[in-house]
Amino acid sequence: MSIGFDFVIIWTVILAGGIFLYVLLDGFDLGVGMLYGLAPDRDSREVLMSSIAPIWDGNETWLVFGGLSLLAAFPLAFAIIVPALYLPMLLMLLALVFRGVAFEFRVEDEAHRGFWDYGFCVGSILASFAQGVMLGTFIEGFEVEGRHFVGGSLDFLTPFSVLSGFGLMAGYGLLGAGWLIMKTTGAIQARARRQGRYCLIGVLLAIAMVSLWTPHVSAEVAARWFSWPNILYLSPVPVATALLALGVWRALGGTSEHWPFVGAVGLFVLAYAGIAISLWPMIVPHHYTLTEAASSESTQGFLLAGTLALLPVILTYTAWSYWIFRGKVRRDNGYH
Amino acid sequence: MELDPVLLSRLQFAWLIGWHILMPALTVGLASYIALLEGAYLVTGRARYLRISTYWIKVFAVAFGIGVVSGVILPFQFGTNWSRFADATADVLGPLFAYEALSAFFLEASFLGILLFGRKLVPQWVHFASAVIIAAGTLFSSFWIIAANSWMQTPAGFEIVDGRFLPTDWFEIVFNPSFPYRFAHTVVAFYVTTGFVVTGVAAWLIRKGRARDDAKVMLSMTLWLLSLLVPLQILLGDLHGLNTLAHQPAKVAAIEGRWETEAAFPLTLFAIPDEESENNRYAVDVPRLGSLILTHRGDGTIKGLREWPKEDRPPVAVPFFAFRIMVGIGVLMLVLIGASWWLRARGRLYESPWFLRAAIGFIPLGFVAVLAGWTTTEVGRQPWTVYGLMRTVDSVPPALTGGEALTSLLAYMAVYLVVFPTGFLVMARFLRDGPAALPEKGDE
Repeated sequence: MSIGFDFVIIWTVILAGGIFLYVLLDGFDLGVGMLYGLAPDRDSREVLMSSIAPIWDGNETWLVFGGLSLLAAFPLAFAIIVPALYLPMLLMLLALVFRGVAFEFRVEDEAHRGFWDYGFCVGSILASFAQGVMLGTFIEGFEVEGRHFVGGSLDFLTPFSVLSGFGLMAGYGLLGAGWLIMKTTGAIQARARRQGRYCLIGVLLAIAMVSLWTPHVSAEVAARWFSWPNILYLSPVPVATALLALGVWRALGGTSEHWPFVGAVGLFVLAYAGIAISLWPMIVPHHYTLTEAASSESTQGFLLAGTLALLPVILTYTAWSYWIFRGKVRRDNGYH
Repeated sequence: MELDPVLLSRLQFAWLIGWHILMPALTVGLASYIALLEGAYLVTGRARYLRISTYWIKVFAVAFGIGVVSGVILPFQFGTNWSRFADATADVLGPLFAYEALSAFFLEASFLGILLFGRKLVPQWVHFASAVIIAAGTLFSSFWIIAANSWMQTPAGFEIVDGRFLPTDWFEIVFNPSFPYRFAHTVVAFYVTTGFVVTGVAAWLIRKGRARDDAKVMLSMTLWLLSLLVPLQILLGDLHGLNTLAHQPAKVAAIEGRWETEAAFPLTLFAIPDEESENNRYAVDVPRLGSLILTHRGDGTIKGLREWPKEDRPPVAVPFFAFRIMVGIGVLMLVLIGASWWLRARGRLYESPWFLRAAIGFIPLGFVAVLAGWTTTEVGRQPWTVYGLMRTVDSVPPALTGGEALTSLLAYMAVYLVVFPTGFLVMARFLRDGPAALPEKGDE
């Protein structure tokens, strides 16, 4: 039994890490996609596009990895959560299709360039919003009987989930602005700094409202955060968030090219940790723990063997391909 | 009318995978072809190989991009529309899908950046290595997906506990009885499909007088490859059919349109199978040929569909016709390859107008054959998601409504009818210009 328990812990770490990497990586390129709609001219749009063109589909692969890790390691959670998110999932997937093909089509389907430009921007907006809505719905929990979701198609639609949809849009926008500050210069960079500040305000509002709302609607979450001595151990999370937000605000207004992005990543780490602290050890909130939803030891073990061998390799060559395309966006990098 | 979420979910999956599979049908073959060309360039240093490779890399990029975005959708279908199937089988199938993501997706996605944008940033051997890695990635991807699909057809290496399939032997799960045949047959189908696309495009360029010398190299090279691959594919198809007869006899009975158990049975070339009266109408039969092909004996026996209760039988007409389309295309391909030998022997391969026109007409045929083959095997698997053990009707989420399923089906249809035709248009535009018209970037 102890080995089984260890597998669950390891898979929890891998799954959480995979989803977080997805949020971070596709987060900044979805963010760039949203800011793309605000770019004033064709030249700056080209720069924005080139800054993510070589890496976006590697980023999106983490979504597949996250989904499949959930399926393989915690199938019960997959079988309840995914059907419960039927409509927002549909919206996200279709939006990702549109923005994914827009990379090529806006260049090669000249006659409809405007359409694909919109597709890229609106697809990024809708995918981000849908992911935020799914996050909000997940935190609120689902109606479950036995091993199945038994709620209705529109259960997901609540003020809380819509709020978290906008919150994640702001968060991805902040990451995207941070990325652009690193990858661009001049007017485009200056614009990204301004946009980053607006996004940061949105992020902070969302974090504040979610933090106040969640304990209010859930006694368990309230007890987790506000009972003694938890309040002492956990107080660094909100304090660090506030300090970091201040740092990001200053970095956006200053000359640093890396700190806005690094700080934004830090804010995501803290928000993610906050959610994890609130929900632990549930994977289907209010219904199933990680251990209860886990697949068999044999399944987790079989997949773990290959994952532990391949994941470092994957991370290495992912880093390597980022390294190849490091530095400011080059207009002559062969991308059209 | 009551909307049936099961039927709508099946249509949705068929719609999504039917479009998606067209992309791997092209990219699996193109990846290997590009690796071959990059290798030829690395060894010979001839700019021709570089030009041809660059030409196809652009097409590959578009097809791959569409393949990725339409592929991302698929694993989530197991949750949105097939959650009870996911809950029951994920202990066995989950790792196979996850291994695909681990071993293939990442490899392809990361090295594609190098292949597309890195020509100037990395040495040629690294560029070649990236092409090889991507080609290997597409094959890993096919390996794991076909393993999972084959397990649904011929499940092995598991025990059933409380209605869930739990793994007992991973080797048996991955190398389940139909896997080797299905994998070989599918990959070669993808290679053949790509081969006829390259042949047809080269023929078109020759007729238009664009980049004739490059086009001749493409035409000749792929026709040699196809001379090997098409006969091989027919052999693999035969072996796969025998394997299906051993493990899924009801599917074979549907494919052959055999209602009665009989010995020395005919091959039905054409008929309209009638599931009501359990008979074939307007049948055109060749005596004993069915026995010869399926049992490799003139007096072999086949089990007829009436041996199975109605609720355990697959639909008959769909696999029956789909199979005939696939085999018919295979025969046509063999004829075209034969013609190419004949013309080559006379030194007229590049001049014969009818041959070049026929080659152009063959461009879509591989795709049609892939879809027909896929339809044969998947519809022939019905009424099961896990053959003989879990029914399709028991696989959808209990909360799924007909309205939801219809909404998503219509949304996917609308989006795919914009995205895929645009994708084909974009690829056609790249191809129309021909290799020489490409900018000479990185051509030193």
